Amino acid sequence: MSTTEALGGAATEGSEPSPLLELLAGFIVELRAAGLPVSLTENLDAMEAIRHIEMADRETFKYALAATLVKNHAHWRQFETVFEVYFSMRGPEYDIVDGDEGPELDDDDEQAGAGDGPGAQGSGPGEAMTPEELAEMLYKALSDGDESVLRNLARQAVRRFAGMEPGRPVGGTYYLYRTLRQLDLDEMLKRLNDEAAEASDTELSQLDKRLVSDEFETRIAALRKEIEAEIRRRLVADRGADAMARTLRKPLPEDVDFMHASREEMASLRKALQPLARKLAVRLARKRRHGRKGPLDFRATMRSSLSYGGVPAEPRYKYPRPAKPEVFVVADISGSVAAFARFTLHLVYAISGQFSKVRAFVFVDGIDEVTEYFERTDDIAEAVHRVNTEADVVWVDGHSDYGHAFEVFQQRWGAEIGPKTSVIILGDARNNYHSSQSWVVKEMAHRARHVFWLNPEPTAYWDTGDSIVGEYGVHCDGVFECRNLRQLERFIDHLV
Amino acid sequence: MSTRFDSVEDVKGRLAKVDYLSDEGIASIVYLAERLGKPILVEGPAGTGKTQLAKSVAEATDARLIRLQCYEGLDEAKALYEWNYKKQLLRIQAKDQGDGWQELEDDLFGEEFLLERPLLEAIKASEPVVLLIDEVDRVEIETEALLLEILSDYQVSIPELGTVSATQIPMVFLTSNNTRELSEALKRRCLFLHLDYPEMDREKEIVLTKVPEITEHLADQIARIVRSIRQLELKKSPSVSETIDWARTLLLLGVEHIEAEQATETLSILLKYQSDITKARKELTSDNQLKKASGAALGRP
Repeated sequence: MSTTEALGGAATEGSEPSPLLELLAGFIVELRAAGLPVSLTENLDAMEAIRHIEMADRETFKYALAATLVKNHAHWRQFETVFEVYFSMRGPEYDIVDGDEGPELDDDDEQAGAGDGPGAQGSGPGEAMTPEELAEMLYKALSDGDESVLRNLARQAVRRFAGMEPGRPVGGTYYLYRTLRQLDLDEMLKRLNDEAAEASDTELSQLDKRLVSDEFETRIAALRKEIEAEIRRRLVADRGADAMARTLRKPLPEDVDFMHASREEMASLRKALQPLARKLAVRLARKRRHGRKGPLDFRATMRSSLSYGGVPAEPRYKYPRPAKPEVFVVADISGSVAAFARFTLHLVYAISGQFSKVRAFVFVDGIDEVTEYFERTDDIAEAVHRVNTEADVVWVDGHSDYGHAFEVFQQRWGAEIGPKTSVIILGDARNNYHSSQSWVVKEMAHRARHVFWLNPEPTAYWDTGDSIVGEYGVHCDGVFECRNLRQLERFIDHLV
Repeated sequence: MSTRFDSVEDVKGRLAKVDYLSDEGIASIVYLAERLGKPILVEGPAGTGKTQLAKSVAEATDARLIRLQCYEGLDEAKALYEWNYKKQLLRIQAKDQGDGWQELEDDLFGEEFLLERPLLEAIKASEPVVLLIDEVDRVEIETEALLLEILSDYQVSIPELGTVSATQIPMVFLTSNNTRELSEALKRRCLFLHLDYPEMDREKEIVLTKVPEITEHLADQIARIVRSIRQLELKKSPSVSETIDWARTLLLLGVEHIEAEQATETLSILLKYQSDITKARKELTSDNQLKKASGAALGRP
């Protein structure tokens, strides 16, 4: 966003300090409500920081706030959303116009919907020329990559297609959907790619095609973002920043519930997983080394005594090397809990260096060992993908049957559980009213060092309906609620 | 306090002069840090120029760079100061007779017997310095506390000597690869800067600056390919320094326009894991639509 446009929000308030401070206070309250840990000193730092910068420079203003208030990169998205809401550009041009435009737009909308695919050149005779012209201009701007034109067009598109009405209690996604349906960006992308291929004199290689297409995708993503921002700006103008911020509030990646994550949240979870695993591995390795002191290291003691003239004033100890546990992961991968199982397997394998051995079993109503998928490749994501597609886990109908799965497990691998083994069972224990066969878990607990059960459902749902986690739980060393990355991380920390 | 930068633009310009291409975020935060007299905590993936930023700021402001490389087991004696006990012993032996104990003690714990380590050195320096505390996430969480006094008050307390305060406030950069969560106390004292992989245009500029002989066309292509590769889910995405290495390699090979073949053959410069190389090779030569189809396959019904 260019600086001249930014003048609207921040700068006018900059001339008289109190409204800005008020806005900033509301902003910080909202950041805290979104889950970001903002301390009082950081708050003061932010106030101090903005005194040193040009208010007119919106980007600088944003970075000044970010640098003082957000100390974790994972929270950046939340910060950005709240920032956009509180310090968006304001002015009369963002007011949602009431009256004559509204119903007209609805008409447009329906006609276009019936006509199907207005993005390209298919022009219905009864329709006004403007939507096609807009589409055509958009196409041109996308193919040239002209940012300022794109920004303008995004604004036009929202005004024309979103059909926003003042005070109407619908979320921004509704308007976004309406706008995007009219623009049909997928079709646009295809057309851009095709024409780029035609335009070049020589046949484009696969690589070039890929690069061109990536470029267009980036531009379209930018356009989408611009449309979203435009809708948000209008909504803020309509409803006020505080109300808007509340509706936009989203959980931090580490707090996203596995079982109810949207596709976008899944993607952010996957991204959060890698650094988390790395951090966990480092921390665990360190803990192992620094936990206790080992036996006296005679050599090192002698060496250090030399600096005291041969008096062994400082005894040195060897690092202890405690035995690493062996881990069996037994995971339910049926529909609702699949995502949870996937994340847990991913995390366990990412820190497999901390265990002497990791074996993985997956089940729905049949059970299969998938250890070798993980051992044969060093790409965990690929292994998890293979688990989902290749493992032989369906016995009768593909509905969870813990009883049968455990029984088979006991027959085939039960004897391999030893006193060093920790067994981790993942699942919601929704057994579809089959028999529980909980004696298997009892048997496991008898042989193994620990048996833990991780349940991705909130504790309040346990033992309701067909959930029989209590029946298994009595034999386990611990049953844990594990709904998000934060809880999962805490459990794994506890395990090692 | 000497004002070293006039404005955000000034930061940008002076960093560019020493071949460091900053962006709006970097420049604003460096400027603010200088104005507020606060340290900067720089975090981000490996090879995005975290350390280089500190070096470049030092070069741009004509300051001396004092570097403290952190590692596990770093302690006061290596980071702050140490008493030079050998010299103290000599002193005791040389003055065996004569002086009273009191004078001897006063003398023994004087500055003469103090060995300055990087942190103390930065505090005591009279000329402008830039202090770089590299990979601060490698020290134990307990050792972090050692830095707190310096970072907030720019002083060091030595029990036998008293408090040494800074005569001028040094620019302080802390870098972290984020292998562990730093303590709240440390974060609170710093401005936070996340250095991510650069945008495509900036990366192209970086390549052009660092490899001056390269043609614009090739640099553009390199930046595009690297951007595409970074979008894949890899164990380790290519860093900026690897991009530059790759650019140099292609230049040496006399490549003017990258074909898929050359790209895949030299991928091992950009990527360091075999599985990543295989994946990228497959992706770069395949159609975009395929990528989407495979990306969408999640979970079973």
